[in-house]
Amino acid sequence: MQILEIHEPGETPLPHAEDRRPAVGIDLGTTNSLVALSQDQKPEVLCDPDGSAMVPSVVAYSGTGEVLVGEAARRHLLEEPDLVVSSIKRLMGRGPEDLKRLAGSLPFELEPAEDGRMVRLRIGERRLTPVEISADILRALKARAERALGREIGQAVITVPAYFDDAARTATRDAARLAGLEVLRLVNEPTAAALAYGLDQGAEGLYAIYDLGGGTFDVSILRLEKGVFQVLATGGDAALGGDDFDHAIAERFLAERARQLGAETLSVAATKQALVTARLAKECLTDRTQGEWVLDLDGRTSRHRLDAGSFEALVAPLVERTIATAKRVLFDARLKPQDVRGVVMVGGSTRVPLVRRKVAELFGREPLANIDPDQVVALGAALQAEALTHGSDTLLLDVTPLSLGIETMGGLVEKVIHRNSTIPVARAQEFTTYQDGQSAMLIHVVQGEREMARQNRSLARFELRGIPPMVAGAARIRVSFAVDADGLLTVSAEEKTTGVAAHVEVKPSYGLTEEEMAAMLRESMEHAREDMEARLLAEARVSADRVLLALRGALRADGGLLDAAERQTIDAAVAKLERSKEGEDRGAIQDAIEELDHATQDFAARRMDRNIAAALKGVSVDQLGRKTGSGE
Amino acid sequence: MSEERAEKGGSAGSMRDCWSCGTTVAVRAPFCHACGVIQAPQPVDHFTRLNLPARFDLQRADIERQYFGLQRYFHPDRFAAKPARERALSSQHATDLNEAYEVVKDPLRRAEYLLALMGRPVQGDACSTISDPRVLLEAMEMREELAEAQSAAEIESIVARVEAECEAVLDEVADAFAREAFDLAGRHCIRLRYLTRLAAEAHERRARLEA
Repeated sequence: MQILEIHEPGETPLPHAEDRRPAVGIDLGTTNSLVALSQDQKPEVLCDPDGSAMVPSVVAYSGTGEVLVGEAARRHLLEEPDLVVSSIKRLMGRGPEDLKRLAGSLPFELEPAEDGRMVRLRIGERRLTPVEISADILRALKARAERALGREIGQAVITVPAYFDDAARTATRDAARLAGLEVLRLVNEPTAAALAYGLDQGAEGLYAIYDLGGGTFDVSILRLEKGVFQVLATGGDAALGGDDFDHAIAERFLAERARQLGAETLSVAATKQALVTARLAKECLTDRTQGEWVLDLDGRTSRHRLDAGSFEALVAPLVERTIATAKRVLFDARLKPQDVRGVVMVGGSTRVPLVRRKVAELFGREPLANIDPDQVVALGAALQAEALTHGSDTLLLDVTPLSLGIETMGGLVEKVIHRNSTIPVARAQEFTTYQDGQSAMLIHVVQGEREMARQNRSLARFELRGIPPMVAGAARIRVSFAVDADGLLTVSAEEKTTGVAAHVEVKPSYGLTEEEMAAMLRESMEHAREDMEARLLAEARVSADRVLLALRGALRADGGLLDAAERQTIDAAVAKLERSKEGEDRGAIQDAIEELDHATQDFAARRMDRNIAAALKGVSVDQLGRKTGSGE
Repeated sequence: MSEERAEKGGSAGSMRDCWSCGTTVAVRAPFCHACGVIQAPQPVDHFTRLNLPARFDLQRADIERQYFGLQRYFHPDRFAAKPARERALSSQHATDLNEAYEVVKDPLRRAEYLLALMGRPVQGDACSTISDPRVLLEAMEMREELAEAQSAAEIESIVARVEAECEAVLDEVADAFAREAFDLAGRHCIRLRYLTRLAAEAHERRARLEA
């Protein structure tokens, strides 16, 4: 009988089982990235074969054209620092003038960029944009997930700092596209954390999420109620994180060094080494009170002592900035610290004891870290990926972190959408011409809270042309802003009396042009063959694992059926497969699988006979049917 | 909810073809009854959008129940796996719901919106147009006081006073609506508007002082 499916209007009907390709959640972090998968609301981080969950967000571009990501790349950081990039997230969606501010403190070699263009990094012979470098990290995460799950991954929820502006969000989405991932949704990191936390701990009421990562800081206030996760306010700093703690330590060490050894000009490579040492010092001082570190830079050595008290004094101004932001967000939500029922700590930098103390002091309660602060964002992203593909009862209502407006006369900003508006949101405002016969109007879209356009982030400029001649002030130009559920902005403008329209998908000033994007996609298509090769290799490894697992079980149960010589042949074939599995040669893995299969054929046949004999022993014919039908 | 809809939206002839399967469906139906596909939202007032009666006297809990309930159906997260057009339509619905919620949940905006719906828009939309001299005087005095306030405690006390005043005026607005004294309600709204703005400014100054 045919059974018709009936579902409530609007409810996502479940796709057919064969269409249910898994969608993963990705936390693309400044320091570390993770990929997680959720099934039946049980999210799990996907680990590499060694069982490590975090992929350092480090990419190494070797001279031979090989691209290494993660731990392998980090090992190259000290050997070939020129060819290794870390903390690339800090450059996402950023323009040359942002970098002027950061220059001297960032260990990147930049190609001189034209204004309004995306920056490019100089890495050996290559010139790469932050989008391409992030795409390499995403490719590695995708490959890890495919290896762990033994199947292709096409869709992902990717988290971004809540305080990321439109340019940085677009850059993240473009990076995913380059990596061959369809972005189901960009989810704000603190919101993802709240989702993981709320669903896991059954939290209800008002919660603050304090998220201090490697390079970004966010704080969000959410109301959790009966499956609704409503963000009330969010704030942060897209350029403040644990990296800055490292910088503070490195600067202190380098100043000491200058006193010990005299002034010196450090290479980019030496700067990177100093930062690595500073980071070790920071991590060490999380649970120890003091230590000594050695800087061996450009052939000269210096020694540096640091205790916990001095470390805290160094980073106290940075921590104070986060506390001031948290207060501001509470103000925005019209709440007092004591209204908050719990404070959830997210991000590796919340391990710093001073951070915990200050947050506890502000809210008057101990912060919660029941879920690993390094993993909670990825787990939330995975939950949301499952919800978006398989349906869910929860509802996430997020907000736009920064106001959006356009520049008006005198360089002032007229806000069209205010910060903390629930998304998706659309709003329109009318403007007029200020000169008689004005036939065009330049529309400059900005994002931020400051009064003057130049103090805010410039997102895009476009022109509405063909306005018929009218006296000043007669034209009615309606500018419409729409922010979608990913937090991405679209702007359109129309002259109302004549219907002349202009529509722009905001390609941020520092974004990639369509041509650049097309060229990169072409390039990645050329890599597609390699990618395919990589996937087939991953699949071969997965089937090798399966064969080995099954064989081990069989040997444990029925190993007695083999004599010593037979056992030796099988063991040799196993060893061969294990060796080839570690290599990159897919053909060798398949050969080894076949060889093992061949070596175990007799064994399998004997097991089969024995099991049938055992099954039949003392079983009557009518029971036989049931027994064989039980699928054991 | 659907019963209420049926009562209110009974006018015959308001039908359209489902964009997806072509079946004739009621204009007000957000989903096609034949294929279940989402339809374009209709230009309706914010109260109708939330399936709430168009009146001032509404409880926050009721507004939220409607808003959350409807977003559960229409939010783009429910349509992430659907074709582009359905995703776009869901986004329009969700946008409209957010807009309606913003207006209806805020008592001042709700009052002003209601008066506008009745064809009695409250005069002016900036504080430059306070015509009542008493209100004008009060506004100036309060503003002066705020400008002179230096400490967080002083500002805090102004915030508390202005907020208490807002509450009192809100009661008067509610009372005026209850007695269908709409002109009076409009006049209270003007006062409430500048008090609200003043509270926001004081709040903002307090926030900056803190930071």
